[in-house]
Amino acid sequence: MSDFSLKISSSPHVRDRMSTSGIMKCVFIALVPASAFGVYNFGLNALLMLLTTIVVAVLTEFIWEKAMHKKVTIGDFSAAVTGLLLGLNMPPTAPLWMGGLGSIFAILVVKQLFGGLGQNFMNPALGARCFLMISFTGPMTTFIYNGVTGATPLADIKAGGLSTVDTMSMFLGKIPGTIGETSVIAIMLGAIFLILMGIIDLRIPGTYIVTFVIFIGIFGQFSSAKVGLFDPQYITAELCGGGIMLGAWFMATDYVTAPIKPRAQIVYGVILGILTGLFRLFGGSAEGVSYAIIISNLFVPLLDKWIKYKPFGKGGEK
Amino acid sequence: MRENTPSERLFNGIVKENPTFVLMLGMCPTLAVTTSAINGIGMGLSTTVVLVLSNMLISMLRKIIPDSVRMPAFIVVVASFVTMVQFLLQGFVPSLYNALGIYIPLIVVNCIILGRAESYASKFPVIPSIFDGIGMGLGFTVGLTCIGIVRELVGSGKAFGAQIIPLAGEGKVGYTPITIFILAPGAFLVLACLVALQNKIKANVARKKGAAVPSKADRDEEACAACGMCGGQAKIFATGSEPDKEENIVEEKLEESKSEE
Repeated sequence: MSDFSLKISSSPHVRDRMSTSGIMKCVFIALVPASAFGVYNFGLNALLMLLTTIVVAVLTEFIWEKAMHKKVTIGDFSAAVTGLLLGLNMPPTAPLWMGGLGSIFAILVVKQLFGGLGQNFMNPALGARCFLMISFTGPMTTFIYNGVTGATPLADIKAGGLSTVDTMSMFLGKIPGTIGETSVIAIMLGAIFLILMGIIDLRIPGTYIVTFVIFIGIFGQFSSAKVGLFDPQYITAELCGGGIMLGAWFMATDYVTAPIKPRAQIVYGVILGILTGLFRLFGGSAEGVSYAIIISNLFVPLLDKWIKYKPFGKGGEK
Repeated sequence: MRENTPSERLFNGIVKENPTFVLMLGMCPTLAVTTSAINGIGMGLSTTVVLVLSNMLISMLRKIIPDSVRMPAFIVVVASFVTMVQFLLQGFVPSLYNALGIYIPLIVVNCIILGRAESYASKFPVIPSIFDGIGMGLGFTVGLTCIGIVRELVGSGKAFGAQIIPLAGEGKVGYTPITIFILAPGAFLVLACLVALQNKIKANVARKKGAAVPSKADRDEEACAACGMCGGQAKIFATGSEPDKEENIVEEKLEESKSEE
């Protein structure tokens, strides 16, 4: 029996068949409806913008990893997803070099300088979007739709109240906005696909949206919109407008920057909802989803550290 | 190089222990006022003047100041010089005075000045202390000016206030400034990049001289010790014997249970 030995390796002991590149491909496919609608809605420039951000993101990752003699990881699709998400967050009329610069910032500064996939402390696409928003406020907040420079419905609500917006076209997506955020239907198609594939669950997006609805339901009366308690039209318009759907389903759920423990995910969703509500209702600009998500990203290590689960078999009766 | 000679002090302040890039002291003005190269130079030189004078006076008084009240004494000395510099700036360079704003009176609590007073001027004679002040002050000025140049160039296309890259305008092809670089986040980005560049150059110089460069394992261990998050429990980097030991225990227990059967 002397040759009998069991080698215990360190975790993980159970592996899923789904790989990183598999997950990323699914996310990419899930974003196709929103991208397609964006191209249909805004025309050729939207397509060029999406292509630019994806290609530059992948190229940046490739060149950096070659130059640093690291393993080239462009095959796992994560850079492509980052690029696509950034593209969906760009206004269709922004110059293409701006999207390219954003992609470089997302991959180089937010992702690779912190150690590559799995190490980034905030969502690279949103980090880049905020970088561009701060740097080029003008082009990033100018929305030209059907030849008319107009405000987004959210800005309309903030400026002039509810009567100026048409909720149905907001739901369908026939409104000015960034390339990927306008159509709730297209985003939900992708989200349902991700849920069915088991890639995301309802915990983060669900708590995020519910908290947000409760927050604006209660505090909407104190904002410039002056609506009643839980005004249904106001809540629908706030949910269909801006980036909350894209953010909640695709960016808050990013594996790297979201908490791992289920209870921490719920707290994370609540923080997201409150921050988004605060920024939208009482902040300087009409939209606040991207800032809310990257600020909540910073809480994630703390949430995962503070929220503890009792390990199986511990703490029982003595 | 012999220690505490004027040239050694200058080299130490500007290169070896550069307060901005190596000691990481005085970060508050470094990040706040370096929106342009001129501001960087102005802040750096004001600090240098205060630093040289305070180092000189504190070094002169080092045998008189009782140890237990040295901090208040240093602060009084520094604050007097800062007040003088502040009035001089206000009188003769009002534009710089307005640009630097609150950060001029805050030179009083700049940790470079108190740090040099505490760690150098209060222990060494007057002449080396003066040169220590000049070296550290110039090092700070160089650091601030470098950061200021990069931020001004990227953030507004200017160098020392002159537009050197034509800006894009109505139908004109040109440079669109990346405004974030003259805002607060840009200070952090530029500082980080310059510190990394400086470390890289110093490592290259050290390698050429043939000095021992710390190996990756050493650096990892150092980083591990500095972090202290896990209290050394994780042992990510140590590939010593401990994991094997645990494995042996498991094996032994298994064998025990087998023999009991």
